[in-house]
Amino acid sequence: MAFLDNLINGISLGSIYAVIALGYTLVYGIAKMLNFAHGDVIMVGGYVIFTAMTSMKLNAYLSVLIAVAACTVLGITIEKVAYKPLRQATSLAVLITAIGMSYFLQNMALLIFGEKPVTFTSVISIPKISLFDGQIVIKSEAIASIIVSILIVVGLSLFVNKTRSGRAMLAVSEDKDAAQLMGINVNRTISLTFAIGSGLAAIAGALLCSTYPVLSNTTGAMPGIKAFVAAVFGGIGSIPGAMIGGLLIGVIEILGRAYISPQLADAIVFAVLIVVLMVKPTGILGKKVNEKV
Amino acid sequence: MKQFLKPATRKSFITYLLVIAAFIAVEIMVSTGNASNMFKGLLVPFCVYSVAAASLNLTVGILGELSLGQAGFMCIGAYSSAIFSIVTKDTITSAWVRFPVAMLIGGISAAIFGVLIGIPVLRLRGDYLAIVTLAFGEIIKNVFAALYIGYDSSGLHVSLTSQGDLGLAPDGKMLINGALGISGTPKDSTFEIGFAVLLITLIIIYNFVNSRTGRAVMSIRDNRIAAESIGLNITKFKLITFGLTAFLAGIAGALFSHNLSTLQASKFDYNLSILVLVFVVLGGIGNIRGSVIAAVVLTYLPEVLRSINNYRMLIYSIVLIVMMIFTSNAKIRGFFTASFMKLKGLIIKNKSAKEGE
Repeated sequence: MAFLDNLINGISLGSIYAVIALGYTLVYGIAKMLNFAHGDVIMVGGYVIFTAMTSMKLNAYLSVLIAVAACTVLGITIEKVAYKPLRQATSLAVLITAIGMSYFLQNMALLIFGEKPVTFTSVISIPKISLFDGQIVIKSEAIASIIVSILIVVGLSLFVNKTRSGRAMLAVSEDKDAAQLMGINVNRTISLTFAIGSGLAAIAGALLCSTYPVLSNTTGAMPGIKAFVAAVFGGIGSIPGAMIGGLLIGVIEILGRAYISPQLADAIVFAVLIVVLMVKPTGILGKKVNEKV
Repeated sequence: MKQFLKPATRKSFITYLLVIAAFIAVEIMVSTGNASNMFKGLLVPFCVYSVAAASLNLTVGILGELSLGQAGFMCIGAYSSAIFSIVTKDTITSAWVRFPVAMLIGGISAAIFGVLIGIPVLRLRGDYLAIVTLAFGEIIKNVFAALYIGYDSSGLHVSLTSQGDLGLAPDGKMLINGALGISGTPKDSTFEIGFAVLLITLIIIYNFVNSRTGRAVMSIRDNRIAAESIGLNITKFKLITFGLTAFLAGIAGALFSHNLSTLQASKFDYNLSILVLVFVVLGGIGNIRGSVIAAVVLTYLPEVLRSINNYRMLIYSIVLIVMMIFTSNAKIRGFFTASFMKLKGLIIKNKSAKEGE
């Protein structure tokens, strides 16, 4: 029973990682950059919800909507200000800019909200499920995380494959120049990608802070890195890959924490990433790209 | 005018002279009592971060690969050298013998890990390499934070769970106490030793860069496929550079640990790696002298600006972003180069006009 409990916790955490990983995977697939600041957008989303709920006394769902809107705007702004001037630059320059952006968000939050972590009130109000006469209790946050992540993955897959803007995203990720020649507005498509990714980050922030109700300016950093690990694990650029990678990382982390060593859980997650990259450098569902001279 | 030295040699000599001049200036300040306690406390960190930044510049600037694992190598160097010093504290009493050996041990253990990690990892490139080195740094930090080592008359005891698990005899002594880290390291790091280490580091790095191996490494950076096609062994040269970076980072770690009486593994998180990377980037990627200057200035600045401490990292991040955009955006750089050329043209014109008078 304890094992099932842990497994459910792992899947719940994994679902949250999956939602974050989708943001990484979309941005990496289309802009070919590792958006280090993505994890910190989660933290911003968390603080927006927290402020809306405590100082403005707004309804939980309305607060989440506001956070999604705020993070979408933030994502587009970050892209326009910091990343767009570096379209032609080396990946090193872009990565360092992204690290700078991550620091910027963290320290802005530190200045505005202070050093002390705040206690987050859960935004989820659905009932919890008891199984086997209460031997296993699935927390409402876990149910919400799992359902929301499935909805997002299905919705995003439909969007990318069925709509014009979604197919434009596929085209840009395949070949930016050819897409431009076909009349696709590359800049708008990249902005759209950042908008979607950051909106998802806000939702992930709501889920993450509801499940682990402590919010500080570095809340997003570690989950962000682990979600990137999940995205790489599943094969970067692949939407189902992000889901699989997220779930696996979540389950490995929770089981590792429960059965091997609580201090070594993070080390185990990173070790798994390294092993996967050694065996299959493009991840579970990734495509191999040959290098041309 | 005939050139007195080759440009590359001259560049390295200017750096050596700068470092020596700075050392003499500091020594004069300290001996005449003009240095504050805060400044004296920063002298060893100056050397630690300079060595760490200069060595990271080998991987980032000369090899052209991004490593976010510098803190991990510093951690290995710090821990292994500290263990050596604690164990031999009573047998080798002279710090002048013990500390260099400890530093060598720190450097060599870090280099071994660097090569071991490098063999699988250096197949990856760009962002993937960055994230994997970050992952390795975090693994090393987490493992050291969960590690308990003690020794007694029956030998060494190692555990990954708790202190009680070691089964230490009553006369035993703890070496590493999990998340509490190491305590009782002799404070062997002095500014004089730090300065000597920095100077030796710089000599090693400059000689490496200007050697046949260094040129091969730079050719891999500039065009990997071309370098491969003329028969260079890419893996070998990458490993040499990565190993040398790890070795020097390990020595920086040893300097670091012997400057503090207690040391926790949590100090070596990825923020430290990023901090060192910031030194490298702001000092100029590939510019060793720049790394040293940036490390010293950016270690000193936050201490001076204690009053605006909260804004310090914010300013850091903005400077980082603006700097990257200004140096990497083709249009902006083109504008600056054009205006610079114009300025130069004007000066030359003025000069020739004056000479014509």
